[in-house]
Amino acid sequence: MSKKKLMKGNEALAEAMIRAGCDAYFGYPITPQSEVIEYLSREATNRTGMVVLQAESEVAAINMIYGSAACGRRVMTTSSSPGISLMQEGLSYIAAAELPCLVANINRGGPGLGTIQPSQGDYFQATKGGGHGDYHLIVLAPSSVQEMVDYVLLGFELSEKYRCPTMLLTDGAIGQMMEKVELFEQMPRKTEFPDWATTGKPKDSDRRIITSLFIQPEKMEQINLGLQRKYREIEKNEVRYQTIDTDDADYIFTGFGLGARICTKAMELGRAKGYKIGVIRPQTLYPFPYDLYFEHSKKVKGIFDVEMNAGQMVEDVRLAVLGNTRVEFYGRMGGIIPTPDEILENFEKMFLQ
Amino acid sequence: MAEEEKDFIFSDICVEENLVYRKPDTLTDTELHYCPGCGHGVAHKILMEVVDELGIQNETIGVAPVGCSVFAYHYLNVDMQEAAHGRACAVATGIKRVQPDKFVFTYQGDGDLAAIGTAETIHAANRGENFLIVFINNGVYGMTSGQMAPTTLPGMVTTTSPFGRDTKIHGYPLKIANLVASLPGVAYVTRQSVHKPVNVRKAKKAFQKAFEYQKRGLGTCLVEIVSNCPSNWRMTPLESNKFVEDKMIPFYPLGDLKVPEGK
Amino acid sequence: MTQEAIFSGFGGQGVLTMGMLLGYAGIIEDKEVTWMPSYGPEMRGGTANCITIISDTSISSPIISTFDTLMALNQPSVDKFEEKVKKGGNIIYDSTNIINVPTRKDINIYAVPGSETAVRLKNSKVLNMIMLGSFLKVNPILKLESIWKALEQVLPERYHHLIPLNQEAFNTGMELIAK
Repeated sequence: MSKKKLMKGNEALAEAMIRAGCDAYFGYPITPQSEVIEYLSREATNRTGMVVLQAESEVAAINMIYGSAACGRRVMTTSSSPGISLMQEGLSYIAAAELPCLVANINRGGPGLGTIQPSQGDYFQATKGGGHGDYHLIVLAPSSVQEMVDYVLLGFELSEKYRCPTMLLTDGAIGQMMEKVELFEQMPRKTEFPDWATTGKPKDSDRRIITSLFIQPEKMEQINLGLQRKYREIEKNEVRYQTIDTDDADYIFTGFGLGARICTKAMELGRAKGYKIGVIRPQTLYPFPYDLYFEHSKKVKGIFDVEMNAGQMVEDVRLAVLGNTRVEFYGRMGGIIPTPDEILENFEKMFLQ
Repeated sequence: MAEEEKDFIFSDICVEENLVYRKPDTLTDTELHYCPGCGHGVAHKILMEVVDELGIQNETIGVAPVGCSVFAYHYLNVDMQEAAHGRACAVATGIKRVQPDKFVFTYQGDGDLAAIGTAETIHAANRGENFLIVFINNGVYGMTSGQMAPTTLPGMVTTTSPFGRDTKIHGYPLKIANLVASLPGVAYVTRQSVHKPVNVRKAKKAFQKAFEYQKRGLGTCLVEIVSNCPSNWRMTPLESNKFVEDKMIPFYPLGDLKVPEGK
Repeated sequence: MTQEAIFSGFGGQGVLTMGMLLGYAGIIEDKEVTWMPSYGPEMRGGTANCITIISDTSISSPIISTFDTLMALNQPSVDKFEEKVKKGGNIIYDSTNIINVPTRKDINIYAVPGSETAVRLKNSKVLNMIMLGSFLKVNPILKLESIWKALEQVLPERYHHLIPLNQEAFNTGMELIAK
């Protein structure tokens, strides 16, 4: 019997969380990701003793994450766009207090209450900070159910390595779809915790204080400089991306998550018609692969960016290419997923006519 | 006082046999930033005396709020977390759920606990989260300089109720301890004060009970301290304590609102 | 082999399950599989569909514009997706329910009296299994035994006594194509 399973994106995410030795999940139900807390409520506590708690709101959930992350535990929450907006306050505090944790945004269409259909409209919020102050989340963009699994582990590792909250930015379609996945083996839960964790004051050393409050401007600037040094380090070390058939490409299709996969299909259809198209898919949205786009911009006739929003990542693409090549955008909003035909047709209209 | 003179006094008078008071190790040496006459200092002291006497300094985690006691972690010598405004009970939930064998408390004012943090407070209590909520109620926003709190008495003058709290406009003071006491997950709710020595002793006793109940896993404990704010009440410390006695306590009567069954 | 199919019908007819069962069977044979439901309010009574792709090679996109096979269990499904079937592709539809039948000449069209047959089998709930039998007959992409194994995986233990009924429905569906 193969170890591979057919799983829904949201359930695979939840299963990966359990297997990653996650200590606690705090969340609040919201479509299209309620399967995560439902799955965990059924499976997690019995199997690993992991804490699973339905909070009274996303505001409470993210602050429970703050409290437990500050105890050095491996913790995670998930939500969808309106709920993630409510968590921004907490995420700013978590980033400032340098606590590791993982947050998944199963993006739905906005603004406002919007729609429960998939969207990528939260790119700006995810990659540019989201809450108040100068900070970043590390942002990973899974594009398949397999990556929903793999990025849970990667996300925990990166967030713990840099003491930086990490977000999986994905969408309702990947959360709801089923694909073949290979799961990693169950990992043990942590039994030792970092020195900074509030596990009770050690007898022979100082108490630990988790805070983001530094009233003196000079001190607060130092804290900010420290954060910025960390972000430069992350930008240097952690850029991840995938390129497909870009070597001989005249044109680059680009997008993230599900959008990138639809672009790949559009590329296949385009190649069948004789167009030399390649695909760039950033796997990390922060840090963003600026250099990669810059290098390609010197070789190609144009970059076609496709997103399920009004054009958000395209701003980073334009920033990256420094005017070297033409960048055009095509997007659908409000929960509509563009089809491969539609993408190719618009590419032809914009670049070839 | 000259340095030598101080040494002389210490060695001469404070010999071990007649040492009658010692600041516990659970309080740091940092000078308090609170205004003269403020009840926070006393509340900090008795809370940490209890932690010291129970010998749980190394297994206690506290949560500081936003408000006057935002810097509580400068004084309380235990592992501490600073919560966002109103979120202390959610943060404490996170701490206690992953470390159920540790002692956890929040230390919050009336604005933090009973206005912006009402949902977190009520729901933590309703889940019966097994930690202590210390609630300092002085009927005013101290840190932001004297605005109206949810607990401001009717008619009381604040910077945002300059003609006195008009219940038709501002609503009524919220007796959140009574609300919390009505929830089944809650073990112990008591209202105390620290404006007189006898009350200080009773309040300390309440903290002792609360930690004992936490150890026994009985559920949420809330100790409300009806306190003062000389600066923002525009009073001398003495006048403010009299106001506590004459106005605050009649509206917020002292005593137990809920005790564990069978104790 | 790559089969890009859409299963479409009313919510409650079991169209999502049809694609899912095919997906589970695909995994058993170590194929690549994606199953993408249209989800949301329309699942509660309106039209529901799922795109299911089974392939020997990796699948670029779970979202596709055109289909090898349309499985239509209600009229709106034919109206909406007939034009999206690839040239040389298939439409399999429930001829009991669908009045305005597909008319294209460049595809293969199979009229299967699914609902009528389900009534004959005394269980309207097996409509989807009948139609899935027809699907596998038209597209023999997976082994029958993989479908049976998948059935065991998908159905909770307490419903395992219904497996023979489902198998009978499935086989009947296959025969309806043979005729």
